[in-house]
Amino acid sequence: MVASVENPVLAEDPGKNLATKKSRGSGLGRYIIVRFLLIIPTIWILTTLVFFLMRITGDPITAALGGRLTQAQLQERIEAAGYDRPLIVQYFEYMGGLLRGDFGTTVSDNRAVSEVVLQYGAATVELVFFSLIVAFAVGIPLGMLAAYHRDRWPDAALRVFAILCYATPVFFAGLLLKLVFGVLIPLFPASGRATGSTELLMSGVVGPTRIYFIDALRIGDFAALGDILSHAVLPAIALGLLTAGVFLRLVRTNLIGTLGQQYVESGRSRGVSEYRLVTTHAWRPALIPVITVMGMQIAMMLAGAVLTETTFEWKGLGFQLVEYLLKRDFVAVQGIVVVLAVIVAVTNFIVDVISALIDPRVRY
Amino acid sequence: MDTLKRLPVVSHVRQAVGLQRGMLIAGLVICALVLLAAALAPLIAPYGYAQMAYEDGSRFGAQQAPSAAHIWGTTVGGYDVFSRVVWGARTAVSVIVVAVALSLFAGVALGLISGFIGGWLDRILVVVADAIYAFPSLLLAIVMAIVISGGQSSAWGGILAAAFSITVVFIPQYFRVVRAETVRLKAEPFVESAIVLGASRTRIITKHVFRNATRTLPLIFTLNASEAILTLAGLGFLGFGIEPTSASEWGYDLNKSLSDVTSGIWWTSVWPGIAIVITVLGITLVGESMNDLNDPRLRLRRKAGSTTATAQTAQAAEAVPSSEAAPASAGGTAPAPRTSQEDQA
Repeated sequence: MVASVENPVLAEDPGKNLATKKSRGSGLGRYIIVRFLLIIPTIWILTTLVFFLMRITGDPITAALGGRLTQAQLQERIEAAGYDRPLIVQYFEYMGGLLRGDFGTTVSDNRAVSEVVLQYGAATVELVFFSLIVAFAVGIPLGMLAAYHRDRWPDAALRVFAILCYATPVFFAGLLLKLVFGVLIPLFPASGRATGSTELLMSGVVGPTRIYFIDALRIGDFAALGDILSHAVLPAIALGLLTAGVFLRLVRTNLIGTLGQQYVESGRSRGVSEYRLVTTHAWRPALIPVITVMGMQIAMMLAGAVLTETTFEWKGLGFQLVEYLLKRDFVAVQGIVVVLAVIVAVTNFIVDVISALIDPRVRY
Repeated sequence: MDTLKRLPVVSHVRQAVGLQRGMLIAGLVICALVLLAAALAPLIAPYGYAQMAYEDGSRFGAQQAPSAAHIWGTTVGGYDVFSRVVWGARTAVSVIVVAVALSLFAGVALGLISGFIGGWLDRILVVVADAIYAFPSLLLAIVMAIVISGGQSSAWGGILAAAFSITVVFIPQYFRVVRAETVRLKAEPFVESAIVLGASRTRIITKHVFRNATRTLPLIFTLNASEAILTLAGLGFLGFGIEPTSASEWGYDLNKSLSDVTSGIWWTSVWPGIAIVITVLGITLVGESMNDLNDPRLRLRRKAGSTTATAQTAQAAEAVPSSEAAPASAGGTAPAPRTSQEDQA
């Protein structure tokens, strides 16, 4: 639906004379540049904040290994890692490392954070992708239904459903789904990304994306694909419903707004049925705000993924984050949090640019 | 009496009709019940939150199915589920009160000052608030929990740690809303006339701007309170919970019930989970209906037919804050659509 929205900027740009081209192009171009430059302070502020907050508590070596090593051994490792130097020196070194893509090395298992992220990030991407499908598939049609039945009982029921989606913590939704559809009526596997044999198969894939369903498609193994998809059902529903509730409310309110617009009104006066008005005329403009909130939603989903992955033992970045938290490996925690901050900032940028492309009012 | 009628919630109840009234009252009743459970926990709960044995010294036993002695069964740790759910209300309420009060105070103060004084201070605060606002709140709360309690918690220490963690996440929301309103109000004639009359900055801020800029806060307050519960439960679920011996916390209990679920033991997870859902549901119902009532486009009116309330105005752009309505409140709502483009442009 994004592509189908007519895009005046891209459509008109090539054939226009210089004057209009310049004024139009610079409006959008300027917006994109300013918006892009704003990522830098955002990431800088968050990384600085996280760095200093994490160091207030003391050095990461003592936090992770204190009690297990002798005082002398601790001191030795602290000095080796450079945590005995002034904080400001460590800060600049850390920031320099970030610029080179070095997010630090974990204390507990001595791995580069970037390596950990690459290994487990794919699983989180896969989970968020499936959850978004659930969110769209549930939220948008139900939102249209609610708007169609405005202020009648289906609307009331759907609004309560939307509030329930928001009120249920993802991990409780996950636990319930696990209990009902994983244990009491065992329709779907209750934990993990795949069964052991499929996991083994996936680890043998040459040049893996580590996004299992893509890998399974690439080697053309449909039994494995089915296994992977059935494992994804419950976690994707648990995480997707949260966003589905937001989409439902958003589509409902905006569709109600659009249904009151003059062009819809004129269709109505010509005798176009209300059903046809909703399904062919009004729904498209009502979907633009869904794209606008996507950035925020993806940020929420990343946080939700931490909880969902823990619930379903889905070995992604969030699961790993919790593992490191329990091991009190704060270098790893800091690294993963910073990576997520960068992802969120970049996602927000992309979403803002897309909404500016679709809706010229955003960029003024 | 008249001042009572103008209080936020009271005036909303008087104004509401039909479905909206039903939702508002249902929400208020649920909130009252939760508060009651929190206040009367020692009377309602048959056992203490950390109690594992009867008076005669014999133990409850772990994972006991619901029975007369334990109407909701016992947990894997050997606690009484019902008692812990009831005591959990007390923890939840304390955390919300502390967290929301702190963030309200800090956020409003910063918003007023930043919006009114402007300049470089304003710019820095806006960029910082935006950066924090865009970040997943749970992750920030995790970082704060590490800072405050080193990842471990005691009784009040745990409650305060959770509350502070949540506070930091919410300050930007109040800040954004109050600042936006303040900037708008600064250009209003009544503020200008106060300046002309020689009123001091402090007086203008406290006397003229404050009351006008904080009108939408009850709404954000309710939406934040529900997010505070979810964040608290999320922290508890990830193992930053308050130790079971110092207080009862629903998220912690849910975490401990993870392994029960796979063996089909439902009572340890279902009840604390429902407690969270109901509490958040109650607060959200109140917030949602107050929001609808504040927005003339969404408000149902007395006597009028169902068509009168049709939203005719709403351009797509205005409708972006959608159910969160009142443009000013957009920044502060839980699943709030982003509106920061407007701030940044």
